[in-house]
Amino acid sequence: MSIATTPYRFSDQFYAGARACIPVVISVAAYGVVWGVLARGAGLSLLEVILMSGLVFAGSAQFVALDLWTVTPSTLPIGPLILAALIVNLRYLLLTATLRPLFRPDQQVKGALLMGIVSDETWAMTVGEMAKGRGTVAFLLGGGVFAYACWMATTVIGHTLGSAIDDPRTYGLDFAFTATFLALLLGMWKGKGDIIPWLVAALAAIISAKLIPGSWYILIGGIVGSLAGAIADKVRHVD
Amino acid sequence: MWTSPEALIAILGMALVTFAVKAGGLLLANRLPRHGFAAAWLKHIPGAVLASLVAPAIVTGSPAELIAAAATALVFVATRSLLPAMAAGVLAVYLARLWLAA
Repeated sequence: MSIATTPYRFSDQFYAGARACIPVVISVAAYGVVWGVLARGAGLSLLEVILMSGLVFAGSAQFVALDLWTVTPSTLPIGPLILAALIVNLRYLLLTATLRPLFRPDQQVKGALLMGIVSDETWAMTVGEMAKGRGTVAFLLGGGVFAYACWMATTVIGHTLGSAIDDPRTYGLDFAFTATFLALLLGMWKGKGDIIPWLVAALAAIISAKLIPGSWYILIGGIVGSLAGAIADKVRHVD
Repeated sequence: MWTSPEALIAILGMALVTFAVKAGGLLLANRLPRHGFAAAWLKHIPGAVLASLVAPAIVTGSPAELIAAAATALVFVATRSLLPAMAAGVLAVYLARLWLAA
């Protein structure tokens, strides 16, 4: 693989990444406004909204944090808040692991520092590009900066506007994530070797989503499905 | 009220663990061999994670999401383009939910 060594203009790839993320950023924006509204209801100040969106930058962990948040600082469950963020975000171990081909072995530290900007959405767009033999650090950053700016802006707008906002489900906007991820998945189809990992992952995710609350289903489906794919590859090579 | 020391510690702690996990995935992957079983496992992660993200959101018990997923897939296969596929999915789920609620 020579993805990282192919020469490219940084700005071209940066804008390509930002453009590619337009479909998912619609969902990001809708959920950003909703989170901002709920954060105000949970008692977060505008400064706390800016700090959390800017420093944590992880939608699912931020939604979970609102359940635990208390208005009076002395009763704020600091330990559970941090632990919940860790648990909800464990799936990122799997996501950023797959971005390795973007960086040369001597770029590990630089790469690790850039991972803060990765979200489900920009990760998905970038691995979609990588599956086509493209995908660059600049592409990841373009999408990442765009999604980050959008998340910051919309969470602040939500907090400022208050309860004037509807549930994204009312307009089907919650499905923008799902539809885009589904299309990305279909675009990654390489052949029969994908059937086993995808099916096993889907089944494991559906079952664990029903049994375990939170976002464990992403981690469970991702691990079980990808291991099934690797085992199936091995069995076929042995035959 | 701007903020409190407790809130600041909580937010910084959340930020730290989130960043550690994101950076950790890349650093751990660099320690895995580039060939053999580990490489095959890494290769299958993107598809498996996307399938895991999508499947529970489609199989909800209501046909609205299944109809919308079919519309998304059809438009994507026809156009090979994400934006029309996303728009078709959102429109289909909106109409299907209206129709099912009626």
